[in-house]
Amino acid sequence: MPKIVTDVGCPYCGASCDDLEILVSDDGKKILEVYNACAIGNEVFHHASSPDRLKRPRLRQPDGTYQEISYDEAVDYTAKVLLKAKKPLIYGFGSTNCEAMSAVGRVAEKSGAVLDNCASICHGPSFLAIFDNGYPSCTLGEVKNRADVVVFWGCNPMHAHPRHTSRYSIFPRGFFTEKGQRQRKMISIDPRETETAKLADIHLMVQQGHDYELFDAFRTVLRGHDIPDEVAGIRKEAILEAAGIMKNARFGMIFFGMGCTHTDGRNHNVDIAISLTRDLNTVAKYSIMAMRGHYNIAGPGQVWSWQFGFPYCIDLTKGTHAHMNPGETSSIDLAMRDEVDAFINIGTDAGAHFPIDAVKHLRKHPFITIDPNICMASEISDLHIPVAVVGVEEAGVVYRMDNVPIQFKKVVDPPEGVISDEQLFDRVYLRICELTETEPTWIPAKGHAKAPVTAGQ
Amino acid sequence: MATVTLTPYKTPELFLECTTITPDAFCGKAPQEIAELEVREGKTKLRMGDYFHVEGKAGKTPEETEIQILGDCTRVKYIGFKMTGGAITVNGNADMYVGGWMKGGKIHVTGNVHSFCGIAMEGGEILVDGKAENYVGCAYRGDWRGMRGGTIRIRGSAGNDIGTFMLGGTIIIEKNAFIHVSTHAEGGTIIIKGNVEGRVGGQMVKGDIYVLGEVQYMLPGFQKIEQVEKEVDGAKVKLDHYIGDLGERHPKSKGKEIYANLFVRAT
Amino acid sequence: MAEILVKNGYVIDPAQKIDGDVADVAIRDDKIVESVSSGARVIDARGKVVMAGALDVHAHVAGPKVNVGRLFRPEDKLFKSPEAQPNYRVEMGFSVPSTFKTGYDYARMGYAFVMEAAMPPLHSPHVHEEIHDTPIIDQAALPVFANNWFVLEYLKKGEIENSAAYVAWLIRATKGYGIKLVNPGGTEAWGWGLNCLKLDDPVPFFDVTPAEIITGLMKTNEYLGLPHSIHIHQNSLGDPGNYTVTLDSLKLAKGMKAKNKFGRTQVMHSTHLQFHSYGGDSWANFESKAKDVMNYVNQQKNITIDLGCVTLDETTTMTADGPFEHHLNALNHLKWANTDVELETAAGVVPYIYDKDIKVCGIQWAIGLELGLFTKDCMRTFITTDHPNAGPFFRYPRVIKWLMSQKAREATLETFKHRDKVIDATEIHGIDRELTLYEIAQMTRAGPAKALGLAGMYGSLAPGMDANVAVFNLDYKKMPSNPEKIEQAFQRALWFIKSGEIVVKDGEITSHGNKRTLWVNAKVKENPQVVRDIHEKFIKDYTVNLDNYPVRDYLAPNPFVIDVDVEA
Repeated sequence: MPKIVTDVGCPYCGASCDDLEILVSDDGKKILEVYNACAIGNEVFHHASSPDRLKRPRLRQPDGTYQEISYDEAVDYTAKVLLKAKKPLIYGFGSTNCEAMSAVGRVAEKSGAVLDNCASICHGPSFLAIFDNGYPSCTLGEVKNRADVVVFWGCNPMHAHPRHTSRYSIFPRGFFTEKGQRQRKMISIDPRETETAKLADIHLMVQQGHDYELFDAFRTVLRGHDIPDEVAGIRKEAILEAAGIMKNARFGMIFFGMGCTHTDGRNHNVDIAISLTRDLNTVAKYSIMAMRGHYNIAGPGQVWSWQFGFPYCIDLTKGTHAHMNPGETSSIDLAMRDEVDAFINIGTDAGAHFPIDAVKHLRKHPFITIDPNICMASEISDLHIPVAVVGVEEAGVVYRMDNVPIQFKKVVDPPEGVISDEQLFDRVYLRICELTETEPTWIPAKGHAKAPVTAGQ
Repeated sequence: MATVTLTPYKTPELFLECTTITPDAFCGKAPQEIAELEVREGKTKLRMGDYFHVEGKAGKTPEETEIQILGDCTRVKYIGFKMTGGAITVNGNADMYVGGWMKGGKIHVTGNVHSFCGIAMEGGEILVDGKAENYVGCAYRGDWRGMRGGTIRIRGSAGNDIGTFMLGGTIIIEKNAFIHVSTHAEGGTIIIKGNVEGRVGGQMVKGDIYVLGEVQYMLPGFQKIEQVEKEVDGAKVKLDHYIGDLGERHPKSKGKEIYANLFVRAT
Repeated sequence: MAEILVKNGYVIDPAQKIDGDVADVAIRDDKIVESVSSGARVIDARGKVVMAGALDVHAHVAGPKVNVGRLFRPEDKLFKSPEAQPNYRVEMGFSVPSTFKTGYDYARMGYAFVMEAAMPPLHSPHVHEEIHDTPIIDQAALPVFANNWFVLEYLKKGEIENSAAYVAWLIRATKGYGIKLVNPGGTEAWGWGLNCLKLDDPVPFFDVTPAEIITGLMKTNEYLGLPHSIHIHQNSLGDPGNYTVTLDSLKLAKGMKAKNKFGRTQVMHSTHLQFHSYGGDSWANFESKAKDVMNYVNQQKNITIDLGCVTLDETTTMTADGPFEHHLNALNHLKWANTDVELETAAGVVPYIYDKDIKVCGIQWAIGLELGLFTKDCMRTFITTDHPNAGPFFRYPRVIKWLMSQKAREATLETFKHRDKVIDATEIHGIDRELTLYEIAQMTRAGPAKALGLAGMYGSLAPGMDANVAVFNLDYKKMPSNPEKIEQAFQRALWFIKSGEIVVKDGEITSHGNKRTLWVNAKVKENPQVVRDIHEKFIKDYTVNLDNYPVRDYLAPNPFVIDVDVEA
């Protein structure tokens, strides 16, 4: 009899839904059906059951082909690459658990690497803004239970976070929002007429690249000053109308996405959005939140902040302390300036996401990919180490876009012999200790296995 | 003033971090001692002498010490890091953090500099004959205490984020700048002699900006109040005087709000 | 079997009423014993002070708002982080140190146990992840309750049994230790940008008052018989004139009796009292009311307090008192982070500089110390800085120096720009009391251990106790005339033995020790209504499923579980 596993977390987007139900085959090995998930989340689970999953690491041969090797050999290779490089870069972590992020912290510190995550090419500018201006935010349940005005600025959850509007932001009925969507005013600010914009009460079609000016206009009118007749392609009357709605909220919420972080000014667009949120808190209750992309891309920002004090772009080459300065220690800058001499791509696809010149520089040096799947990065790597799919074959803590930790379950076993990211990094760490003839400094207690959640429970 | 010359003879594979190229680190040392100072390339620790021939003589104090770098430092970071006095001349380009956290003395780079030139500077002078990348005279990440004093003059153009969180001192860009000038500033003076694309004085609380070229996109939070004639970097100019950022908080003096000033060449 | 003998030190152990006797402390494995064999490792403590490992009753060291403080302050790291010890983890940060630096620095000061003072329940897996990465020290965490919707609804109707059943469930689910109250009702009001500044200000929509919440949770606590009492951060924190609200809240404990099997005698722990002992009605006539507050505390045996001393540093304020941080941000205009947590609580974080040249900061500094100097019972008065709110925890040795030396206090006063105004607004200048090492040991060892219900494990060197032993470079018979030596001695212990393992030698870390997480397994008889309420709220209001809410066991891999059973 197939069995249902309930309350399963979805390892796709930053909405990190944890209400999925998965029908698993009698032997507990195969995923048959996925309930409650969006189309993409659905696919992640089915993909894990694909018969062509890799089961062993593959090492590039002199003739350019890949050949299977053992995990021990892959661990040894990785440890030696990290030790030999003057400045290795370990980048990724869009799709793994916090346990792996903690384990890699030890590896990076011991080997003197630069540690960075996908925020570097995504919400990194949001971090810069948070450094400079703070982050008045809340958990998504506050939006669900209280929000009566919701602004989506430079983001399109209807596509990027398919269940966001139904679970948290627009449609749900909460404690103080019994009427759901009817009780909420929705404003979309986007140069495109996205699906989210179509859903909104007001859509301000901001001129692309001029978000900062529009934010400044909102702030200026909120302080009672006049503004020009048109700002960033929006007429004054429309700005005044939207400002009026924002001001009259009881609980207002601003969600922003890559439309802010990856147009001119980047962090400053987010920075002034934070300033606007602060201003609005003098007349109503307001919060702001980054629409983080992956289900646990908030994770490295948390884990590494408590370990190193920085969320990303962490240069550990000094040995005695960590250094962070995006613009210098950020992956793209390091790669474009040819400032690193070894690269580990983990739980993401730098091959697809990085500028081609950056990839070309990285490719001059040892290049390792750690990922369950074949991707562009794995195909140009010297070594590809497959691992278990977190959220499907491996449990662990993930941080949702609002930094709420969600304890993801394991649904099925990984293919036989395939290890987790965490196990892999622990083995690399131990191998580095062996090679450097040093004692492992701190391995946390491993005695308690993770929550033994399997099919049928 | 005693002069030490550094002649680069090898290009690092990655980038060299030379926090020790300062009159403060050199003073009182013989060339062979200077050659022993630590520099870093990634995690490898090296000697100054592994990349530079060191000659000449250092003074007893930083003030009495001049450093002449006879060659290109395109791949050398942190020249003049935290220096308090004396002088450094780079005959060629320099990489990031030229004069970072500098307190006194003079730095002259005859070529270009990369980003973070004069970051969190407190005093002294930086002169760059070429252009600068981003973050001239900015604050370190998260710090609300940016440049506090001193002068930075870039004879070429500069990128974005000039004088972020500036509290004092002067930055002069003789050609064009891209975006974000004096963002979040609460003091100081920035002069851009060329054009700026936009975002001049965003979230600015106090301080002065002069743009002698054009501002392509003015912020809505700046309002023109008058036309004035002023001397700017030695030349008299007719200027439109704007106040702002009206969207930002401002301190009050005698019940009146004090705004930041933006002066743009009158058309 | 590992044996250690700490020999011939001046032992100071108030729990056994030992004050400076020259004696040996014997350790076998992780316990203190009567004697050890001749093969024991001998640590020569001749001429040095020997104390039990210390306990910190209140610090913000792990969890979401602490991590916001780390994340959003890179400038708190730059040029302010010490070099790592070879082969140990890097130690980043000043006012909000990394987990590694936190563990190391506490151990260097001879601390064995630290209470994380405010755990948002929804974020409890995060808190435990950080505790897990904090080496050496034992830790526990207090979940916050005073703005929790379940609690507000039960207490509005006066349902103590239901409140107790829910509280017991939540403490279990979060692997928490006790009941923390932060700005009762005010933080829920902050959900609408409002606050409750007085004890009879009703909470918007919930129609219950702070006084009812405090009393209700006090009753809940004693109903359950938890090891610790309610632990309260009162309303109106940081406001001039707030001492009246403070006294009103303290008075709610009148007549209440502690009911528990852990030796705890207080029913209310009033935390960081410095922030709550303010007179005047504006910053212009701001003044100390430490004496009035301590006069009351001194009479009431069922109240304990901790100081919350201002250390005059650049630090980071962080509290579940969301409206306070918003208010503070309006004063200093620095960056402001806020995290409201659905159905439960909120938190705000703002950097702050306690500048010795600002009059108010000087007065705050004086108030914290006055509380410690006006106390008549050091067993009920504990040293804290409300880390990092009034200053970082690694300034405890400086606070101890000020408490032990009038000379040190006067020297600091002399550096103030507004010395005379500070003297006028406080009593610090006239106080000649200098606390003794015995009193310091009460305030950092025996006292907090008793108040936390942990006197059977910590805070003493009696046989049977956990083997937490610190040796300090101080001569009990010849205390240094230079107070700086006191600070130096407490900053870096000569030796610190934690759970029987030498973790510090000459002020440097020598081992990652065996840290533990303490949590309370509170059990009440099944309460169907509360079970139903929990299920319903998770379906309707929470955004996380109930099944994924309780902290999984593997996140607290070295648990020490304290069972509390309430008989039907």
